[in-house]
Amino acid sequence: MAGFGTTVGRPIYGRGPSPGLRFTVYAVLSLVLMYLDQRARWSERIRYGLEAAAYPVQVAVNSPAATWHWLTDSFSTRNSLRSQNLQLQQHVHELELGNLRLQALEQENARLRELRAALPPLAKSWMIAEVIGVEAVPLRQRLIINKGTHDGVHVNQAVVDGAGVLGQVVHVGPWSSEVILITDPEHALPVQITRNELRTIAVGSGSADELLLPYLAVNSDVKSGDVLISSGLGGVFPAGFPVARVIGVRREANQLLAQVRAEPLGHIAAAREVLLIDFEPAHPAAPPSSATLIEGAEPVVAPPKAGSSNGESGSTRKGTAKGSGTAKRKNAAASAAAPAAAPAATPPKAGKP
Amino acid sequence: MNTRENLVMILLTSVIGLVLNILPLPTWLTAVRPAFLVLVVLYWSTMTPFVAGLALGFISGLALDIFQGSLLGEHALALCFVTYLAVRFHLLMRAKPLFEQSLYVFAALLIYELLLWVVDGWTGRSLSSWLRWVHTATGALLWPVIAGVLGRFHAPR
Repeated sequence: MAGFGTTVGRPIYGRGPSPGLRFTVYAVLSLVLMYLDQRARWSERIRYGLEAAAYPVQVAVNSPAATWHWLTDSFSTRNSLRSQNLQLQQHVHELELGNLRLQALEQENARLRELRAALPPLAKSWMIAEVIGVEAVPLRQRLIINKGTHDGVHVNQAVVDGAGVLGQVVHVGPWSSEVILITDPEHALPVQITRNELRTIAVGSGSADELLLPYLAVNSDVKSGDVLISSGLGGVFPAGFPVARVIGVRREANQLLAQVRAEPLGHIAAAREVLLIDFEPAHPAAPPSSATLIEGAEPVVAPPKAGSSNGESGSTRKGTAKGSGTAKRKNAAASAAAPAAAPAATPPKAGKP
Repeated sequence: MNTRENLVMILLTSVIGLVLNILPLPTWLTAVRPAFLVLVVLYWSTMTPFVAGLALGFISGLALDIFQGSLLGEHALALCFVTYLAVRFHLLMRAKPLFEQSLYVFAALLIYELLLWVVDGWTGRSLSSWLRWVHTATGALLWPVIAGVLGRFHAPR
């Protein structure tokens, strides 16, 4: 038998445990790791260490794309920079104008609610993170960003861009973290239709340009063009952040639920820089703390370890909704619980005007 | 006698395989991208089963788990099993022509993906998209190329 073997292997051959035994050992080790990662909280620490070790490789892998961006940036012509500058100035003016109006509205709103004190700004602090990697597996919608615990990132932190909600942080490493996008099939986000304040849950579809609203009855008032905002119930995003626009509603006579599709407003596929936000807990629109939330049946994706995060009832989900009856029932229960949680979860602002 | 030289080659090519595996690509390309690291590990465990055996499979699997953000130990288990098969049947495999090897590799990749699928299902991540099976076919098609390229890295017998 050894005659066929390479000379390379021969010195070791015959010694050590058999492949079968070694396989058993490694298999048991893998199973233990899987169990710990799924159930026990402290395995997050192993992951943390491993993610630190992985960071250089992530940066190296991303370097071709980064170099390309750098090159195109540095060789862009004066004219294009100038036109871009003009465009940005225009945009700033528009935003300023909008903001003026918004401030007036906010004051008016506060007066109407007889809240004498001026509201603190909603975002306590924010930072810009660069996207250094995207998930390479079909259906999984994740980003790797170049900020970690050293920059104050924590699990369940909200990730947005200028146009809308992008996702939330699921794993944090020392210098990098993983973000689950709202289009990931494991992510569900409580939303509200701006037109009629109808609450529902937006679930990721697995492709970057589509969200699904699977829990709306056939007779519910939803139509193409409706804008969805976050309802503030999930505990991660504040009420009123733009999420998506409905692009298709299909009602079939033999189905209880309508099939509603929506396209995210945030630039999910093209994101190169994202905003990480910490919210001012005193602000009425800020996501509620865990104490005020009713804990749903959904298990927690990431351990609520770091700082201000909470148990995210209904914000990230696992192992639900394969279209089966149980999943529907479960979520019907969840949406029934939602209105009950509303008064406690979102104090004055998100209620009736 | 060339063990050390070979070990360096094995590690180097495995790292290259890992990088190819996780390199960000457009969406339509990621679906057809073969699991380079698995192919590299399979090659080395059939050619030098006593240098690059189960340990390489386990470590590579862990690396995949970390970089793909999957359940820790999931890819490690699947890759370990496939590596075990490769080590166990390396003589059989080596005696076959490349074309026939591709078929064996196809079977191995199917087993690998099946294990991942089962674990995904058990832990409640089951995403029944047929896209996840595409890479087994492209991986088998690419096997002759991988074997040819890695054969050049082989220390002379």
